[in-house]
Amino acid sequence: MIAGLISYLRGNEKKTAIVAKERLQIILAHERAGRNAPTPDYLPALQEELMVVIAKYIHIDRESINVQLEKHGEYDVLELNITLPDKMRLNR
Amino acid sequence: MSKVIVVTSGKGGVGKTTTSASFSSGLALRGNKTVVIDFDVGLRNLDLIMGCERRVVYDIINVINGEVTLKQALIKDKNCDNLYILPASQTRDKDALNLEGVERILNELKESFDCIVCDSPAGIESGAFTAMYFADEALVVTNPEVSSVRDSDRILGILAAKSKRAVDGLDPVKEHLLITRYDPKRVEAGEMLSVTDIQEILRIPLIGVIPESESVLQASNAGTPAIHLDKSDVAEAYRDVVGRFMGDERLPMRFVTVEKKSFLKRLLGGR
Repeated sequence: MIAGLISYLRGNEKKTAIVAKERLQIILAHERAGRNAPTPDYLPALQEELMVVIAKYIHIDRESINVQLEKHGEYDVLELNITLPDKMRLNR
Repeated sequence: MSKVIVVTSGKGGVGKTTTSASFSSGLALRGNKTVVIDFDVGLRNLDLIMGCERRVVYDIINVINGEVTLKQALIKDKNCDNLYILPASQTRDKDALNLEGVERILNELKESFDCIVCDSPAGIESGAFTAMYFADEALVVTNPEVSSVRDSDRILGILAAKSKRAVDGLDPVKEHLLITRYDPKRVEAGEMLSVTDIQEILRIPLIGVIPESESVLQASNAGTPAIHLDKSDVAEAYRDVVGRFMGDERLPMRFVTVEKKSFLKRLLGGR
């Protein structure tokens, strides 16, 4: 009872039900995203081939190209992100 | 039009078979010709909960294999005139339950029954998948507990993506949330997820809340579905679930708040 009184007076301890709800909301948001838009297995190969083509013209490294598939409502968006090196290296 | 209703949850031990027994009994009591099928091949238990374990002669696998007719395998319930039980096989393995065979049986049952209740096994393996594949509606049984809620969400994902209705592009399976083993006292103390919490997370319509109760064990001990118990809030709660399923949406949600004992009750020591 004394312990209960102390924790009541402190009043800052989070109820476990609230912790449970927050944890569920985070993990389920993550799992639902994975379920709705599973990464297609061609993505790594696509990234690899794009790398080869782009490397013919521009000097880039592996980290500066990024391929992602995202779900925006009804549409799947294939996002291709290439970070170009600065001008000096480009003109070389 | 007959309906196929799956009772499912993902997680084990949350009350699927208890619910299947009481829900199918309730449908039958309301005049629906009902059959309840145990899909838990290898671990059948619906027969025990319905109290017909000693009358099991044939099972669903015998019917699928064409060894006996459906009529020979169906067991008439001892409490309800309109209710029949189709037991699972206890000796065969779960692969004997194939989609084609189950579809054939369901189509035959649809000719003479209004409601076909499928008691799913736990998990997301073939048995659980077969139980939910042909469903028109689903009772998703969930305990106010993190692992149960997560598994229910997974099941909802499978219903939405892989059920026959989803594959054929028909209207989606109608989903109902059934919360079981609910303890309003612990919810009030902040120790248990509330009905609102679970609804917010799973985002499907609530069909009922079954309170945590000692009478569920008493019912299974006796082999009588909990809905038949006298003066039990579990029985009342299951009757409400059946009422809502049949379209009575005005039924108030009972047993979700702590009941204040009246002065007189406290004086008499009533529970």
